Amino acid sequence: MGRLEKHFYDIGYLDTLAAGSTAIHRLDPRAKLITTIVFAATVISFGKYEISALVPFIIYPVFLMAVGNLPPGYIFRKILLVSPFAVIVGIFNPILDPDTLLAIGPLSVSGGWVSFTSILIRFTLTVGAAMILIAVTGFNAVCMALEQLGAPRFFALQLLFLYRYLFVLMDEAVRMVRARSLRTFNGRGMGMTIYASLLGHLLVRTLDRAQRIYSAMWCRGFDGTIRTTRRLSFGRAEYLFMLLWITLFVIMRFKNLPLFLGEHIGELMR
Amino acid sequence: MHMADALISPAVGGTAWAAAAGLIGYSSRKLKRTMDDHRIPLMGVMGAFIFAAQMINFTIPATGSSGHLGGGLILAILLGPYAGFLTLASVLTVQALFFADGGLLALGCNILNLGFFPCFIAYPWIYRKITGNNHGKGIVTAGALAAAVAGLQLGALAVVLETLLSGLSELPFGTFLVLMQPVHLAIGVVEGIATAAVVLFVIKARPEVLEAAASAKTGKTFSTAGLLASFLAAALVLGAGVSWFASTHPDGLEWSLQRAGLREGQEPGRGGMHRAMGEIQGKTSILPDYGFRTQDGPSGDASSPEPSGWPASDWGTPVSGLVGGTLTLILAGAAGFLLHRKRTTHR
Repeated sequence: MGRLEKHFYDIGYLDTLAAGSTAIHRLDPRAKLITTIVFAATVISFGKYEISALVPFIIYPVFLMAVGNLPPGYIFRKILLVSPFAVIVGIFNPILDPDTLLAIGPLSVSGGWVSFTSILIRFTLTVGAAMILIAVTGFNAVCMALEQLGAPRFFALQLLFLYRYLFVLMDEAVRMVRARSLRTFNGRGMGMTIYASLLGHLLVRTLDRAQRIYSAMWCRGFDGTIRTTRRLSFGRAEYLFMLLWITLFVIMRFKNLPLFLGEHIGELMR
Repeated sequence: MHMADALISPAVGGTAWAAAAGLIGYSSRKLKRTMDDHRIPLMGVMGAFIFAAQMINFTIPATGSSGHLGGGLILAILLGPYAGFLTLASVLTVQALFFADGGLLALGCNILNLGFFPCFIAYPWIYRKITGNNHGKGIVTAGALAAAVAGLQLGALAVVLETLLSGLSELPFGTFLVLMQPVHLAIGVVEGIATAAVVLFVIKARPEVLEAAASAKTGKTFSTAGLLASFLAAALVLGAGVSWFASTHPDGLEWSLQRAGLREGQEPGRGGMHRAMGEIQGKTSILPDYGFRTQDGPSGDASSPEPSGWPASDWGTPVSGLVGGTLTLILAGAAGFLLHRKRTTHR
């Protein structure tokens, strides 16, 4: 119970972070969204046995966290919390691909462990970048950016509505679950009958809520479009941000920097 | 069973994104034409309801484990296929961004796996066909059960295919299939029973909701042919485009084998294509060079001159990669720390 609620308030915290006003927060959401998508696409475009070339990509999330003033511990814990599927599928690689791929001194590493490590690094980078995007942009701004970039207006509207009522309904669900578990002994009352009526009542209340919201909006002149007061402006800072980062991604994609660095150090030590 | 960014290749992710985007556009257009704006808040709140519903568990009899509602089928039943699909797509988007379920690039795959199959296959072709306009307890349960199982089986199959096509997991097709399908059979049964329970409750408490949903959507406005045609066209055009783009660039495996400093005869790829590629690579280019250098580099043979501008080292590529990687990580961390310090002292 405690864990569930904690997880839920954690999401609210992500949005609290988005209310900051650093240079990164003030950038146009479109620039951040596009750069993050290019970042993720570059990361997953590497071959399955790639590890070293992926490492420098960490600079993008680290930069955003540092300049955007985000707590790294919090972001990292959130990444750990949500890793199951990638780990479950990836963990079979070491078993199924036992051929030795590389040797570090006396230690030989199989292809499976290399590709599993690669999967975990990809996971950390892509998931971290997505979460940081929200933490420095805010969900509403990401929705607006999506619409400006050509997503159907209807879908953007749907996302905004969903997000607005997410907290209200999750709060309600948490209260209901708590109430039920306080009245439950030896697992009685956790079965299907109670569940169906619990969820059914929540659903009926939700439908009523939708009707009330619609009436309230209708009274205030809703005509199917949502107007926002905030202006988006795509200026020099945005172009510069995108240009610099995407150039860096391209360089890191085609030049294995850690290998280059390591070989130079080897040269020096000789 | 959310697909993750880490498991897909750009070609698979891009194709799925294109197909999902096409479906979202198609559904939005369909809805705009047929829908009164009163359903806009309804869809939004229903999306939030799915999140809430996922927080409420129930005990599965005789197993001791617990389950919860997934959501695709119930949304299709309560809102109809188009609105249900859009709502589910929005739920998945929020999950990808906030809960990091999946990821930005796998979002397309997830929308197809968890949204397309329940809303456009299982609901119209199984649930509606079984139940029709009959709201009896047995028939609703049978319909929901069959539709949920079919939807999840198709979704699980899609996950297997997407993972396989991406080529990052070593799991062979058969094994992965045997792992995924039975698990999702169980999940499908639970999903079907939970969906039926909620639908039956709504039938008792608010029968008008289901009647509105059934009449509004599935009449003449639902054209599977048009839907499938646009879906296929989007997937084909983008799939072709992306794979053409991908093939003009050096093959990822080839490139990374080369980087990993592999010696000849150690190619990990078991089968035809990869092995052939590895062999060609081994015979034609720098690979043998790496091998020679680590073995008898210092003894120096004139027959293999060092490529200019690329300093070689004694300790071999893997160690170089390891040392360089660690150093890069430290540098990145230090950069972040310094930037942060600079920012906070500036204030």
